[in-house]
Amino acid sequence: MNRLLSNLVGAFVEAWQEVRIHKTRVMLSLIGVAVAVCAITTVVGLGAVAQQATLEQSERQSGRPASVQVYASTFDGSAPAPEVMKEVWQTALERYEITYASRVTPTSQMVQFADGAASVATTGVDVPYGTMHRVKMSEGSWFTDADTARLAPAVLVNSIFYDRIGRPDLATHPTTTLLGDRDTTAVITGVFPAQGWEQEPAMYLLTDSLTALAAPVTAAPTDAMSAVNYFGPPTYELWVPPELADPIIAALQRDVSAALGDGATADVYRTDYASWTGGEDPYLSLKLLVGGVAGLVLLLGALGLVNIALVTLKQRIREIGIRRSFGATAGRVFFSVMMESVVATVAAGIVGVIAAVLIVKNPWIEGLIGQGQVTDFPAFPVEAAIIGLVSATAVGALAGLVPALVAVRVKVIDAIRY
Amino acid sequence: MTLDSSADETGPQPLLELTEVTRTVQLIDAPPLTILSGVTLSVSVGDRVSIVGRSGSGKTTLLNLLGLLDNPTTGELLFDGRPARSFSGAERDRVRGRDVGFIFQQFNLLQGRTALENVMTPLLYAEGRQFWQRSRIASEMLDRVGLGHRLQALPDRLSGGEQQRVAIARSLVRGPRLILADEPTGALDLETGEAVMDLIDDVARASGAALVTITHDPAIAARATRHLRLDHGVLQADAETAALARGTTRELTAGRAT
Repeated sequence: MNRLLSNLVGAFVEAWQEVRIHKTRVMLSLIGVAVAVCAITTVVGLGAVAQQATLEQSERQSGRPASVQVYASTFDGSAPAPEVMKEVWQTALERYEITYASRVTPTSQMVQFADGAASVATTGVDVPYGTMHRVKMSEGSWFTDADTARLAPAVLVNSIFYDRIGRPDLATHPTTTLLGDRDTTAVITGVFPAQGWEQEPAMYLLTDSLTALAAPVTAAPTDAMSAVNYFGPPTYELWVPPELADPIIAALQRDVSAALGDGATADVYRTDYASWTGGEDPYLSLKLLVGGVAGLVLLLGALGLVNIALVTLKQRIREIGIRRSFGATAGRVFFSVMMESVVATVAAGIVGVIAAVLIVKNPWIEGLIGQGQVTDFPAFPVEAAIIGLVSATAVGALAGLVPALVAVRVKVIDAIRY
Repeated sequence: MTLDSSADETGPQPLLELTEVTRTVQLIDAPPLTILSGVTLSVSVGDRVSIVGRSGSGKTTLLNLLGLLDNPTTGELLFDGRPARSFSGAERDRVRGRDVGFIFQQFNLLQGRTALENVMTPLLYAEGRQFWQRSRIASEMLDRVGLGHRLQALPDRLSGGEQQRVAIARSLVRGPRLILADEPTGALDLETGEAVMDLIDDVARASGAALVTITHDPAIAARATRHLRLDHGVLQADAETAALARGTTRELTAGRAT
């Protein structure tokens, strides 16, 4: 044990001395390795950010894993009575202790702007929707339970809407007028960024506020064009732990169908991306391509290392002979020469990884890759750093193998006289 | 012919014992070349042996055999009573590191390493206290050879005499029982050579190690207590050097008497 430890430390000391003495040569030969490690680590790290961006994008649209939607209809194609559905919904949520659930009602609402009234895409939601769909607010905040008790309903608008009303300070409680049979003044409490493809104003209202607005008009949606605030039945969404998704789907299917009775049917299904992508990485091919190029760079760097190590070994034969005459075993010489390469490449690897962290965590790059779609920037992935360091070590060991084998074959007597 | 270290058969076990050792090398398209033939030699702790001989007489080959760097073609070499052939490769290296110290003609310092790092080198292959306290032990050794103030000097900044002192410190730092000096003054001027030999003699005497010096300089050889000559691969007692040594002793005695 003692011998093993002193051998290990001793080999490391020798290797470090060698690297220190030939630092210029070593540094030159290691640039390739450092660049390659940096590239590999950066690819993995940026991949994680890009993946997070796609993931959040998907989650905003179709919910986080596992999002489950309940769709109920009667056999004649109409929706079950809202009161009945509300009752069924509440019972189900309580029975299965579901915290994250929201009714989602897409509709449109006429809003009075300074330059005239316009129809605004409106979504009625419940408070948990914000978390369930990762809605990112650029100003203000998402609905809270307190908003349900407001007399003037709270409304969250997109940036296009906000621009159109002249971007008033939210601290001044700006209001907007929702047109209907009876105009309603709503308070804007938050602004969310418009998606890249959106060009029209949009807003969120709490379902109950929306229902209260709409109540007088739903009875007479005679003309589709003039329907200021017609909306259909809401869809019902749940966010449950992925491993519980299947049992909950089965239970809801059974319960809702039973509660609605004959003549109606319930469809319960998952909507989130994880249920249809099968967890595949959309960036896999890109990652493989860049990773492959980085691998080639690493290989070239390693070849440079082997080349230089072999050339300098010629000059070191005498030194190896001297070391052998002072008690260095063949194994020790092998290990020391190998370690030189490993110590050097690990140092290059650390530099490469640090450079990669600086690149990936650079705010400008984060903005470019995230495209404003990422709320939770992932921390620099540990696996990226590990992959970088492991590949550096592996290259060092491989590049050290050839010179180490040559070094062991050195004949002590000839080496000293060399 | 037996060149025993001591006539007393009951004395301590010799450190090195060579019996009828030959060393031949195979040549391509030529009969094997005999470098050493029938060498019989015994070296015990505390011995001072000098071996003189012309270039090509086999001196270095003999030194390599004594230092466990090479194996005899025939005959037997016992190191500490154990046949050299029975050592495994790693064992041989470890025994050499622990018990043998080499001093080379060309110093053979490791370039780019400081004097201290050079002296620490053999300790890198040691274990326990010698390994973990290598820096302190090496500094003390350099201090002992008078280079305590040049610990951080690189070999190319040292004079020839200083370089050989570093080499001496390096060969003795692990406290070997056998010091093998191959032309230790060959690259030094007369005066520096004398000083270096004084130092080697002193430290060898202080540590009780056996000292085998290979040289072609009769004056250096005369410092030993046993004088051998290698001639065409045959080792024999060297009456000439012995006489010179006696003469030197007489001169010294006469010098002291006057």
